[in-house]
Formats: sequence, C-alpha cells, structure tokens
Amino acid sequence: MSPLSVIFGRELALAWKAGPAAPVGFFLGAAVLLPLAMGTDRALLEAAGPPLVWVAAALAALMTLERLFQADLEDGSLDQLFLADESVELIVAAKGAALWVAVGLPLALAGAPVAIALQTPIEGIPAVVAGLALGMAAFIGAGLVAAAVTASVKRAGVLIALIVLPFFAPPVVFGAAATGHFGAPFLLLTGCALGAVSVGPILAAAALRLQAE
Amino acid sequence: MISSFANPQKFMAISAWLMPAFAALAVVLFAIGVSLGLWFSPADYQQGESVRIMYVHVPAAWWSMAIYAMLALASFVFLVWRHTLADVAARAAAPIGAAYAGLCLVTGSLWGRPTWGTWWEWDARLTSMLVLFLTFLGYIALRAALDDEDKASRLGAILALAGAINLPVVHFSVEWWSTLHQPSSIIREGGSSIHPSMMAPLFTMAGAYAAAFAVLLLAGMRAEIYRRRATAAARKRARGT
Repeated sequence: MSPLSVIFGRELALAWKAGPAAPVGFFLGAAVLLPLAMGTDRALLEAAGPPLVWVAAALAALMTLERLFQADLEDGSLDQLFLADESVELIVAAKGAALWVAVGLPLALAGAPVAIALQTPIEGIPAVVAGLALGMAAFIGAGLVAAAVTASVKRAGVLIALIVLPFFAPPVVFGAAATGHFGAPFLLLTGCALGAVSVGPILAAAALRLQAE
Repeated sequence: MISSFANPQKFMAISAWLMPAFAALAVVLFAIGVSLGLWFSPADYQQGESVRIMYVHVPAAWWSMAIYAMLALASFVFLVWRHTLADVAARAAAPIGAAYAGLCLVTGSLWGRPTWGTWWEWDARLTSMLVLFLTFLGYIALRAALDDEDKASRLGAILALAGAINLPVVHFSVEWWSTLHQPSSIIREGGSSIHPSMMAPLFTMAGAYAAAFAVLLLAGMRAEIYRRRATAAARKRARGT
C-alpha cells in the first residue's frame, strides 16, 4: 500500500470515529430551527432557505477545523507523517480528502432532505447536493490553511473563525446563488472549489513544516 | 541592490531622518488637503456638503488596499529571501492597514446615511472593504496568538499570501453578488467624471494619507527593531551571567 492510501485510510477512520455526526447534526439542527424561527410561510422559506443552508454548512465546516492538525501536532503523529516517503503537500491533501469524504459528503447528502423541507422544488435537489459537496471542498481547502497556521495555538476556535471568514465569502456567495440549478454561479462555485483544493494543501504544507520544526 | 536596504543598521540610519521628513510632509499635506476639502471646494449639487466625507473616505480605501499589497509583498520577500526587515515591515504595516480600512468603513457608513438613507448598505465596495478589514484582523490576531516569534513571522507570512490570493476573488464575487441582488444601481460617487475642483483636495488628501502611512510604518518598524534588540540583549545578559 502506498503511504498516501494508508494516510487516507487512517484519517478516514479517525474522522469516522470522531463522528461526522457532530457537524452534520449541527447542520440538520440548524435546518430544523430555521422554519421554527421564520414561520411556515412557503414563499419566505423558499427565498431564505438556500442562503441559510449555506450559512449552516459553512459553520458546520468550521467546527471540524480546530483539531484537524492540532491533535497530530500534540501527539507527535505529525512528525511521523513527515517521515513518510511522500510529499507533505500530498499528505495534507489526503487529510483534506478524508475529511471531505467523512464530513463533506454526508453533509451534502443531508442537504437533500433539508432542501426539500425548505420548499426547494424536487428537480433542483441534485444541484443542491452537488453544490454543497463542492462548497464543502472549497471550505475544507481554505480551512486546511487556517488549521495549519493555528495548529500550535490553544483554543484556536475563534481565531480560526476570524481567519477563514474572508476565504468562505466567495463559495458562500456563489453557492447560495447556485442553489437549485447548474448555471453560471454553479460553475463559479466549481472554480472556487478547484482553486481552494489546489492551493490550500500547498500553503497548509508550508505552514505545517514550520509547525513541526 | 535590494539586499543593501535590508540591513537593519542602514535602515535605522536612513529612517532616523526619513521619518521626520515624512512627518513634516504629512502635516503640510493634511493642512492643505483638509482646508481645501472643507472650505475651498464646492459642495456637490446632489449630495450637498456631505460629499466632503469623500476626502477622508476614498484615500483610506485606496491606501488600505495598497497597504495589504505591500504587506503581502513584504511577506513574500521574507519567505523567499528571509530578510528580517521585510517581516518587521509587514508586522508594522498590518495595524495601520486595519486602521485605514476601519476608517474607510466608518466614514462609508457615515456617508451612507445622508446619501443612501441607511447606515450600512451592502454595496460591493463596502463589503469587500469589510472583508479586507477582517483579513487584516485575522493576520494581526494570528501573530498575536503565536508565542514563538520566528513561527509567528513565517506563519503570518503564509497567511498574508493566502489572503492576497483570496482578496481579488472576494472582490469579484462580491461585485457579481451585488449586481445580482441590487439591479438598481446606487449613486456612483464621482467616478472618472469627477470635477477638477474636487480632484485637488482628493489627491492632496491621498498624498497626506500616504505620508502618514510612511511615518507610522517607519515608527512601527523602528520600535520593533528596538524591541528585538532589547530582547536579544536581555537574552545575552541572561546567558552571560
């Protein structure tokens, strides 16, 4: 087995054990509270639903970031990862991919019932799920950098939130606009996701090399 | 050639007389710019006297963006060539940039009240200025949160570069977003058709802001260099005895 697939498997197992339940549950909880807070006016839910779903998804992604590298730095497994015969960038990318599979995908799938409950027409559901999956990739790509530069900071939750907020802005803008159809905003969202996924691991790896020194 | 400027010793010698020179320039330009802006320029035929906020607001917006560009460039130079002075410059520039961006937001809000009838309009430029402000704050907060100074410098530089990639994307996404959400165009301030009588105070104020930035930057850099020397000297003493 190549080092990368081992790392991917380990991260996936860790993420499953920590439970995608927390961020996905947060996402679902927010979605349940929404109509309770806004009332049942169909037109209002239809209009306000998608933006609020994206806010909930962004906050759920934020939850996963704080311990992403911190735990590895504290117990020394980061140093072990660097001993692997593989570039740090790819290792970081594998970690990000595992997080996406463990949390991003379930959350995107949970977006389907949420969107239906918020009165999104049924034919728009595939675009909602695909959009959330891409959005989670963009969030995680940017989040890797924020998690890496704050890995040695204790109780970094608020700091990470402040750091990633500017990076979450474009995917939220395009994602909330893309809801329900594969149009131009969806393509722009795809661009955001690809950009974050390709640049994020490089900058995060540079930061982690410093953290491990 | 650049490397010769990277010598802290030389920097301290040059900045010792450059700083008062910029301070004098800033005072003169502010005096001219403020009097031109407040008394010797016409009120706008639509916005009335409130157009004078522009002379405080627009230069702050211009320079806060330029300061971020400088911060990112200095961070790049520091990461690649490890010039300590570049890191000192980036560190000193961040609070000034945050202050300029904050000033731009506050004056934009004050200006929005009489012109748009609201304290806060989700106008594309105000929104991307808000994101720029948060980017500055994130950079400052990260550096403040890291105890190890060397790590703070380098991790801060990485974050600054990530922000430099992100900010243009934010700018365009927000521009796209506001045209989507506000089909009716809001009142455009001046634009390129700005009258020469308003141009003079505006550019004088822009010069004054630049000079003020130079003074504050040099003062911040000198203070940081003195601080590092003091720390190094204290460490040396502790080792010696």
